[in-house]
Amino acid sequence: MIWRRKDVVGLADLSVEEITTILDTANSFKEVNQRERKKVPTLRGKTVVNLFYEPSTRTRTSFEIAAKRLSADTVNFSASSSSIGKGETLLDTVRNIEAMHPAIIVVRHPNAGTPHLLARRVKIGVINAGDGAHEHPSQALLDMLMIRDVKGRIDGLTVAIVGDIVHSRVARSNIIGLTRMGAKVRVAGPATLLPAEIERYGVESYYNMDEAIEGADVIMMLRIQLERQRDALFPSKREYARFFGLNNERLARAKPDAIIMHPGPMNRGVEIASEVADSTRSKILDQVSNGVAIRMALLYLLAGPYGDDGEVA
Amino acid sequence: MKTIIRGGRVIDPVRDIDGVRDVIIDDDGRLAGVEPAADSPRDVEVIDATGFLVLPGLIDLHVHLREPGFEQKETIATGARAAVAGGFTAVCCMANTNPVNDHVSVTRLILDRAREANLARVYPLGAVTRGLAGEVLAEMGELRDAGCVGFSDDGRCVMVSSVMRNALVYARTFDVPIAVHAIDETLAGRAVMHEGEHSMRLGLSGVPSAAEDFMVARDCVLARHAGARLHVQHVSTKGAVEIIRVAKGYGVRVTAEGTPHHFTLIDEDVGDYDTYFKMAPPLRSAEDREAVIEGLADGTLDAIATDHAPHESLVKDCEFENAANGIIGLETALPLSWDLVRAGRLSVRRCVELLTSGPARAFDLPYGLTKGAPADITIFDPDARYVFTADRIRSLSRNTPFVGRDMVGEVVRTIVGGRTVFTR
Ligand SMILES: [Zn+2]
Ligand SMILES: [Zn+2]
Repeated sequence: MIWRRKDVVGLADLSVEEITTILDTANSFKEVNQRERKKVPTLRGKTVVNLFYEPSTRTRTSFEIAAKRLSADTVNFSASSSSIGKGETLLDTVRNIEAMHPAIIVVRHPNAGTPHLLARRVKIGVINAGDGAHEHPSQALLDMLMIRDVKGRIDGLTVAIVGDIVHSRVARSNIIGLTRMGAKVRVAGPATLLPAEIERYGVESYYNMDEAIEGADVIMMLRIQLERQRDALFPSKREYARFFGLNNERLARAKPDAIIMHPGPMNRGVEIASEVADSTRSKILDQVSNGVAIRMALLYLLAGPYGDDGEVA
Repeated sequence: MKTIIRGGRVIDPVRDIDGVRDVIIDDDGRLAGVEPAADSPRDVEVIDATGFLVLPGLIDLHVHLREPGFEQKETIATGARAAVAGGFTAVCCMANTNPVNDHVSVTRLILDRAREANLARVYPLGAVTRGLAGEVLAEMGELRDAGCVGFSDDGRCVMVSSVMRNALVYARTFDVPIAVHAIDETLAGRAVMHEGEHSMRLGLSGVPSAAEDFMVARDCVLARHAGARLHVQHVSTKGAVEIIRVAKGYGVRVTAEGTPHHFTLIDEDVGDYDTYFKMAPPLRSAEDREAVIEGLADGTLDAIATDHAPHESLVKDCEFENAANGIIGLETALPLSWDLVRAGRLSVRRCVELLTSGPARAFDLPYGLTKGAPADITIFDPDARYVFTADRIRSLSRNTPFVGRDMVGEVVRTIVGGRTVFTR
């Protein structure tokens, strides 16, 4: 297909064809990541700006490595989220960066919709590296690449996503992407952590984790944020682990070849037992490797020689 | 010189007038009468209103004029200019200025500036609590004597029930209404739109309808026991409409208002983080919008009020979560209300009531085409078709999602005290 999109701000905007193109492109970059000299000249002379208003060493490092393997120059710009009145506005900051002519801005921001605002206002490409509780498209794409690698397909699989759905941008992007690609998605968690109208996403929701993972092909565990306990959304880590933690006993309900995923960082012993996290069925570290390939694919499609109007293999 | 407004369809729900009449204004600006059309005597100015509606001057119970303190958003003069362009001859302005209108010096400043502007009548609302802090009552008696017609901490909710109870009981002393921005702030938290499917999709935290329902219920209960007058501002949820309906049935002295944006738009209109659709209370679901319209039609809600909330572009041109709440409304309220008439949801008479006698009764304001009263009149062309463009806006701010919208119905002349203060 011909890639025409300037920005990737969310899975909600991407068609099946576009998602497939990104996954296929990432597959071809995996080979680069196996080489001894892990570098191709594709984006030589181009600059990628990582604009992070929220600390995230993992995602930022993954984008930075991806850019460097494509021979792009990278600049990391961390800022604290400043609201109006406390100095320069977000739009002014970004207009300043744009005036230095980078090829791409990768943005992480605590406010939902910020990448969408920027994408409308600047001419250069914008990649969403996580916006509030809205979307985290590169994470969902790497998860989908992982599933496709192991299972050979996404269509027709049953994926259970367990944990804090309501505050999770990873869950939202995965729900949108996986259902669009034909998977059956179940979500599970305590009622305080599931949005009231979640079924409108075309998913099944469960308060009972055992039912949710019954016969699942993929179990995706989400990180539980311990400050939610202070907000009285669940009573204790202990109770959470008892009802929504993934342990070996529970795992037996899933398909025998079910895989386990987690976007990290994990709370061992809370949402996931150590014996599960370290088992052969756990793909948690492979996800991280796939993250670099996915981010290379996004940078390549948006800024590469074929970025504007060329054909992508 | 006398003036005669000739040939228009005169509607005054209170005096039960609806038909083609002459409206005669004396040379001192008072109404001399509403009479069957007759030949003009000599020495009169004739305003031809053929094909137009001739209405008692519209009254808006809920505007933010931003002066003192936020003159970059609106001043009393620019707000009054927008009011008369929208057909409003009188507006009630909220106390969340800087300094807050919790002291007679602020009330006097507002009234002085309104007198200088000499356009719409401006009736200030005083604060319920000092500094809108929700703790100590403002000096309501003195503020009433200085010209405040009611009290509201609008923008904030008086969260402590005992303080709210005392405010309602104390206000009985002067028989003044307490108007409420009813949102339980502990339930709303820092949420920025209606809690529902669309907030879930956008990843924005939502204000649950329960936050409004609950506070409306609390205040109706408190008003009932206090025997006090309560006015519920900008009703946005189905639950709140139902609670007010029940409360009225119990004889609670409660009045309420609905805004044009809540009866026209819904949460889905926020689209892709469009900050012009961000307000408090937020745009609700289609079901809630329907309930507000039903409430307006059946008398549960007494008034259409705009919650005119001007903001400079800087505080709207940013991330949705950081954007200021509110839209301007004075210049679009009548055509948007007229849409409900055209859709068969409100009768013409009911629509006029909601914009004139309904609000007037809630805050004891003068109204209607009464002989001897100052002639406040709005002349409205119900068939005019146009696109609402930004350059029509007379308000100092332009934060409205209605720019670009096709409108039907246009104010052609506004008369305050017998003097034409606006013509199209
Ligand atoms: Zn309010
Ligand atoms: Zn208001």
